[in-house]
Amino acid sequence: MAGQTLYDKLWSEHLVKNRDDGSSLLYIDRHILHEVTSPQAFEGLRLAKRKPWRTDTNIATTDHNISTDINERKGGVSGIPDKTSQIQVKTLNDNCTLFGIREFQMNDPGQGIVHVMGPELGATMPGMTVVCGDSHTATHGAIGCLAHGIGTSEVEHVLATQCLITKKMKNMRILVDGELAFGVTPKDVILSIIGHIGTAGGTGYAIEFAGQVFEEMSIEGRMTVCNMAIEAGARVGMVAVDDKTIEYCSNREFGPNKSQIDYAIKSWRNLRSDKDAIFDKEVTLSADDMEPQVTWGTSPEMVCSVTDKIPNPKSFESVDRQKSYDSALKYMNLRPGILMTEISIDKVFIGSCTNSRIEDLREAAEVVKGRQVASSIKQALVVPGSQMVKSQAEREGLDKIFKRSGLEWREPGCSMCLAMNSDKLNPGEHCASTSNRNFEGRQGNGGRTHLMSPSMAAAAAIFGRIADVRQITQGNQ
Amino acid sequence: MVNSITTHTGIVAPIDRVNVDTDMIIPKQFLKSIKRTGFGQNLFDELRYLDVGYPEQNCSSRPLNMKFPLNQERYEHASILLTRKNFGCGSSREHAPWALEDYGFKVLIAPSFADIFYNNCFKNGILPITLVDSEVEFLFEKLYSTENFSLCIDLVNQSVKSNFGEEFEFKFIIDSFYKDCLIQGLDEIDLTLKDREAIKKFEKQREKICPWIFGAIK
Repeated sequence: MAGQTLYDKLWSEHLVKNRDDGSSLLYIDRHILHEVTSPQAFEGLRLAKRKPWRTDTNIATTDHNISTDINERKGGVSGIPDKTSQIQVKTLNDNCTLFGIREFQMNDPGQGIVHVMGPELGATMPGMTVVCGDSHTATHGAIGCLAHGIGTSEVEHVLATQCLITKKMKNMRILVDGELAFGVTPKDVILSIIGHIGTAGGTGYAIEFAGQVFEEMSIEGRMTVCNMAIEAGARVGMVAVDDKTIEYCSNREFGPNKSQIDYAIKSWRNLRSDKDAIFDKEVTLSADDMEPQVTWGTSPEMVCSVTDKIPNPKSFESVDRQKSYDSALKYMNLRPGILMTEISIDKVFIGSCTNSRIEDLREAAEVVKGRQVASSIKQALVVPGSQMVKSQAEREGLDKIFKRSGLEWREPGCSMCLAMNSDKLNPGEHCASTSNRNFEGRQGNGGRTHLMSPSMAAAAAIFGRIADVRQITQGNQ
Repeated sequence: MVNSITTHTGIVAPIDRVNVDTDMIIPKQFLKSIKRTGFGQNLFDELRYLDVGYPEQNCSSRPLNMKFPLNQERYEHASILLTRKNFGCGSSREHAPWALEDYGFKVLIAPSFADIFYNNCFKNGILPITLVDSEVEFLFEKLYSTENFSLCIDLVNQSVKSNFGEEFEFKFIIDSFYKDCLIQGLDEIDLTLKDREAIKKFEKQREKICPWIFGAIK
């Protein structure tokens, strides 16, 4: 019999039962809640007079709606400028109090974007099943969790039963061997992968990222990669547990205590695919020729190297692709054949559950240190992913570096990634963004998003246009 | 409890583009609602209206984008949406099927759907049908050349049939679990709680193997 993949192992370890109708009941170890996708689920519980199955498996925070402006934050819930946002945040607070769920409220020290907060508090640990009403939940797969996004009906179902009714996915392995060149980051790796397999390439699969590149990558880097599995169509992205994972996951607030840790580590060591495991699909890429990536269109698959020119839609065989590329270029107000580095930038956003961790901020700070944001840039935001990231960055003086260079240092939240608060693009503005989606209107109605790494976004801030960060950082070496 | 579907006949409207994401189906500002209903008027808001919408707005006097199919008279009573590959990609927001359902769509037809969206549809009484590329292409051609183009959907026999004129029939594949979900309109939580004892037993075992998962978050 062939060996098991990491996904197979996590699946069978959490399988309560296979049901007659072909679905399965999967036990959920950790459920993360936020204000946007939970109110209707709590309402459902109330209407049916149900209680949560248990409370200690749930953890909640507010991140999507909240202001990142320090003065507005000081005003608490009533400091949120938008009344409907206030209601949503207050509803989460009320629901968590009523149902007895631990919540990190807006200004609590542990608060942060769900997928930054979870691992840093140790609320998510290797080997867990983790769900959240948010498609970027795959982030937690970076530490060997089976983690994915769910809809609000499923949020209610997990609250009430601690289980998910689901079907087993297929296994895909994406192998990236070789060495990343100077200036090429985890964000560039995942954008390259999406460019290669397309936004639906992973549909129906759980992806395991494997190979030298991920073995050498930091845990935070792996989070950036797994975070964007959904942008390749896969709900689940994961990386096998190794010494780095174990080091990262030891000594976290909600992790195993001293008497449990040795046993926990022993069990985590098994969280890797067997050597003879069979994957339904394998994709192999070489790291050697990867370059910093930037998106030019309205889907994450519309991506190329910073040194490239915008492709001509006519050069593609598929009519679907020609049509969608044409309409994307029209929306972006760009034409084929121009160099990526000719694209002017109006705003810069460094943040989101993809790239707002301490390593991301260090990477961006190194680029802007001693330099000034171009005068043509209307706004450059740095939004740390959590209160803990913010404090750490301030201890390291990164906030001062950003402020001296002309970037704004904000309070933790989702911010301009999806523009549910006041941080947004105006129609027609081009944004160098470290977030995960460049969909039409995602960062503000009519806004135009270019996805890239934190260092590339920092370089764009300095040059006022898309720029090859290596031109700056070569000198820093 | 979701509305059940067995058969459905209705007018078909086109969204002729690939990779329609859930941000496009229902833009973020409407996600601030704490209700499940009322999203229909903001379905495809940025494509449908010429101004920028905001929550709980009266949409009846907003300027319409008449190029957008749902604003055209011929698609006024559409309940079946025909679209292209990877429909519903991006955010997991269940507000997307809520908006489609609230607007009046019962059936979606595409060559492929994004995973989370597909799953969310069944929780809300919407049937997403996957047909092969050539069949979807055929339906688009028919739709553009036929006034009041409508289709008959039969979930029990898993078929999409012509309603009048030239006869055709396409079979579709659907997982029996999803099919039962829609036909019976079951309350999934009730169903799962029938396995209460099995879940409890499993949980006890899990507490023994991984005690750190339980009780740490207070």
